[in-house]
Amino acid sequence: MKTTDMLFSTLIPAGLAALLAFSPMTARADTLSDVSGRYNIQPSSRVGFTVTQVGGGGIAGNFKKFSGVFSLNSSDISRSTISFTLYPESVSTGQARVESFLRSDAVFDSANFPTITFKSTQIKQTSADTAEVAGILTARGKSSPANFQANLADHGKNSITFRVQGKVMRSRYGMDVGTPIYSNVVQFDMMIRGQRS
Amino acid sequence: MLRNSRDSFGLVSILFHWVIGLIFLGQIALGYLMVRVSDFTLQFSLYQWHKSFGFLVLGLSALRLLWKLANPRPRDPEHMNSLERVAAHAAHVILYLSLFIVPLTGWAVASSSPLQIPTFMFNLVVIPQLPITISDAAEAFWAASHAWLAYLSAVVAAGHILAALHHHFWKRDTILMRMLSPSAAKTGRNVN
Repeated sequence: MKTTDMLFSTLIPAGLAALLAFSPMTARADTLSDVSGRYNIQPSSRVGFTVTQVGGGGIAGNFKKFSGVFSLNSSDISRSTISFTLYPESVSTGQARVESFLRSDAVFDSANFPTITFKSTQIKQTSADTAEVAGILTARGKSSPANFQANLADHGKNSITFRVQGKVMRSRYGMDVGTPIYSNVVQFDMMIRGQRS
Repeated sequence: MLRNSRDSFGLVSILFHWVIGLIFLGQIALGYLMVRVSDFTLQFSLYQWHKSFGFLVLGLSALRLLWKLANPRPRDPEHMNSLERVAAHAAHVILYLSLFIVPLTGWAVASSSPLQIPTFMFNLVVIPQLPITISDAAEAFWAASHAWLAYLSAVVAAGHILAALHHHFWKRDTILMRMLSPSAAKTGRNVN
């Protein structure tokens, strides 16, 4: 199964009908079966995150480098999958010292663990255009379940975009430095763009 | 017992002296070490402890100052000459000032840092940042000021400690004892 974010919920016929009704650009192309297929995650996607801190504010950033694929099965969404890899070395926060701290062995230890991976284990449609993606997130050599919610954001003949959000407890991956000043919860907010491969 | 008299320090003054003094010296050692450890996780944690204890020193020192103003000051021993008195009192003034200025410059370090790491005193209370310029240069300035003032105060504290030991072992007076027990002035050894 694959991971990324919530790509699948959209696939429902009702969702597609709504999509067709409201988006003239894509109306012509789509039928339910049209979205089935295998997609590569595009570099134009955005993988953003925030970690709140006591007293308000927090750290916000994104990962510049990642890759992944997902397969959509519109007749049985639960058979869709996603697999996603991100490279923590590419973390960007606008503050060089924060970034070097995040890359260090206090957090990602990107020298020893250059990738963070997510593989879906179960995808469940939750509404016409949303889905719940359950999977295994592996970071710093530790694997733990993680869930993301996917919303269909855009949809063309050969491309599809999902907004994927989820909360990850960083303590499960040996990254709890700075708690409770900085929240244990990392909130991901991603725009995942897939191009049919 | 609790309050000072003209001859002795009360228990409250004695506790303020030792508790604040020990934390202050511990903070200097912690500050020296924390900037030198290479483990980021440990370093982050040490910085947070240093900030928490720094605010504890600041808060206790404010209470101590109020207490000092509300209590008589025990007399200096008769045998001290005027130079000794001036030196002792100057050291006390510098140390008192240090108890405020050193934590305040530390607060300025945390407040001016672009990292804007919150101060969560003992994971209980969020301390707001001072409204000062935030930049790498400002942080570097305050960090250097904080460190040098702390080390300078450590030198004065060393003089203060040596002077107390000098009084105790050479002059054999009650100066040290009266900072250890409220009843030292009566039961301690007699000078003169």
